[in-house]
Amino acid sequence: MEEIGNLFHGFATVIQPFNIMVMLVGILLGVIIGVLPGLGGANGVAILLPLTFSMSPTSAIIMLSCIYWGALFGGAITSILFNIPGEPWSVATTFDGYPMAQKGKAGEALTAAFTSSFVGAFFAVVVITLVAPLVAKFALQFGPAEKFAVYFLAFCSFIGMSKEPPFKTLAAMMIGFALGAVGLDQVTGQLRLTFGFETMLTGFDFLIAVIGLFGIGEILLTMEEGLSFKGRAAVINSKVVWETWKELPRYWVTSIRSCIIGCWMGITPAGATPASFMSYGIAKRISKNGANFGKGEIEGVIAPETAAHAAGTSALLPMLALGVPGSPTAAVLLGGLLIWGLQPGPMLFVEQKEFVWGLIASMYLGNVVGLVVVLTCVPLFAAILRIPFSIIAPIILVLCAIGAYSVHNSTFDVVLMLVFGVVGYVMKKCNYPMAPMVLAIVLGDKAEESFRQSLLASQGSLKIFFANGLVGTIMALGLIALFWSVISKGVSRLRSAPAGRSA
Amino acid sequence: MARRGQSAASAGPSQWSVEIGVALATTIFSIIVIVGSLKVGIGWGAEGPMAGFFPFYVGVMILIASAVNLVQALPQSREDLFSEWGQLRQVAFVLIPTAIYVALIPSVGLYVMSIVLIAFFMRWLGKYGWPLIAAIAIGVPVITFIIFEKWFLVPLPKGPIENLLGY
Repeated sequence: MEEIGNLFHGFATVIQPFNIMVMLVGILLGVIIGVLPGLGGANGVAILLPLTFSMSPTSAIIMLSCIYWGALFGGAITSILFNIPGEPWSVATTFDGYPMAQKGKAGEALTAAFTSSFVGAFFAVVVITLVAPLVAKFALQFGPAEKFAVYFLAFCSFIGMSKEPPFKTLAAMMIGFALGAVGLDQVTGQLRLTFGFETMLTGFDFLIAVIGLFGIGEILLTMEEGLSFKGRAAVINSKVVWETWKELPRYWVTSIRSCIIGCWMGITPAGATPASFMSYGIAKRISKNGANFGKGEIEGVIAPETAAHAAGTSALLPMLALGVPGSPTAAVLLGGLLIWGLQPGPMLFVEQKEFVWGLIASMYLGNVVGLVVVLTCVPLFAAILRIPFSIIAPIILVLCAIGAYSVHNSTFDVVLMLVFGVVGYVMKKCNYPMAPMVLAIVLGDKAEESFRQSLLASQGSLKIFFANGLVGTIMALGLIALFWSVISKGVSRLRSAPAGRSA
Repeated sequence: MARRGQSAASAGPSQWSVEIGVALATTIFSIIVIVGSLKVGIGWGAEGPMAGFFPFYVGVMILIASAVNLVQALPQSREDLFSEWGQLRQVAFVLIPTAIYVALIPSVGLYVMSIVLIAFFMRWLGKYGWPLIAAIAIGVPVITFIIFEKWFLVPLPKGPIENLLGY
């Protein structure tokens, strides 16, 4: 097993004192980001990305991925104690987590949430360790047509699986592609869509879009809703943790099911949020305590948290192995790779072994460290949330501005960030999804390049995308994903079973 | 948007008008993209598909999606509110100062503007006392300065006041 050896090398890299420190800092920052409204995994990582420019890529990815794990953990704290999901993927956790806290069982709920998160993430990391090298090896044979087919599959899954209306998803995605196309054409070196504006020459950087859409947009939404934090106190001591841990193994079926749902939804770019809802919904239907869901059932915390973490973690699998990120945060990490001069995709496993296995090893360790940190520091993080919004909001605005500026040292980017913020606010209110837009800005160039190379090889015939079994299969899967909601509706109508499965 | 409570008495722009507005905006955007693509050529050049080839079809797809969204939005109820005027005022309370902040960064510098922004929010929305405002409004930019400029060597935009201090 070559992979095991590589993994141990990875651990050796991670255990260096500097990397351990970076990991701790990342987790702490991540939890804070996850707890604060307006700062989420994607834009938190985007804002802190410039800080890593001077680090080695391995330390940098450890820090950024740990911010991501921290944010995943942090979302549960606000959901359970404050009934405010700090992150979209922890919305489902509020359904049973907050009622538990109201009953005075906040400690149990938090312990269950953190432990389930850990289990989900751990499962996903094992999947990544075992599957990612195989996928990467397989993907090494991919030509331009196969590469484009993979992008096609990723984007079709968005349209077919997202809960937003399909044509709004399509519009958001294509606007992302158009924004990504602005500036220099990668193939011919020609300028396009700049309309003579000098500031448009370099195109739109997706990091700016992420910070604006997710950061500023979220602050505007929070402001509109006029948040007031009324939180429950939480006591977590070793006794509560121990008691809860003794209870958890009873729900192993739910756990495993949620892990699998999460991994599946994470690898296909449906993401953590639908995974958590789906897992919650299925657990509610199957569990014998299903009727109690929503009133403070511990199983109702386990299911969404496990799935959300499994999905959030496994979203890195396609990012590493294929260069197609499964979530906006994974997209930001991918952007980081490009900035550090690494080419994401299958070659990474060949050329940058130390980097890849360092990252994978850090996922194992980072989640263990994360679990310990959140279990011990909950009161501290809850205190952060009690800081009034009139102090937090301007600080987050300042951080967003700094993040946007430092990507290219450009003040025009800060203006763009604000524009994206307003766009994000309106999009969110009109039910346009932002994740496909961001992913399209990131992947636009690459998708276009592989598309044009394929057409060049085939002299303009689209048949090349069905020329052999492999590319044809991926394209067919893409088409199935695209029409998934139509297909599943048809199937359920045939069975005349109650609708709602496809949600 | 089920999570926002709406009472019949409250007023504000309707969800309908905003949906239509967004669909029209994406339509205009698609036309810009299509025109821009046509300018650089959408046909088959010496190196295969020309630079405008891909964006052209992207633009066409935005146009189609916008049209569908427009048609789907038209029959919707005009009763639902996008937001109440009071809520939108709250949003403007953040948006306008932030816009001024962003506009003045190039000339005044990020650090000074950050002090002003934080102080403004704390005083105006939070009604805090000046000592606390001073502590946070000055503390945050100073910490930022140490982390970004000193530890990670990332320069941030500076203005005349930072220059006076020797940076």
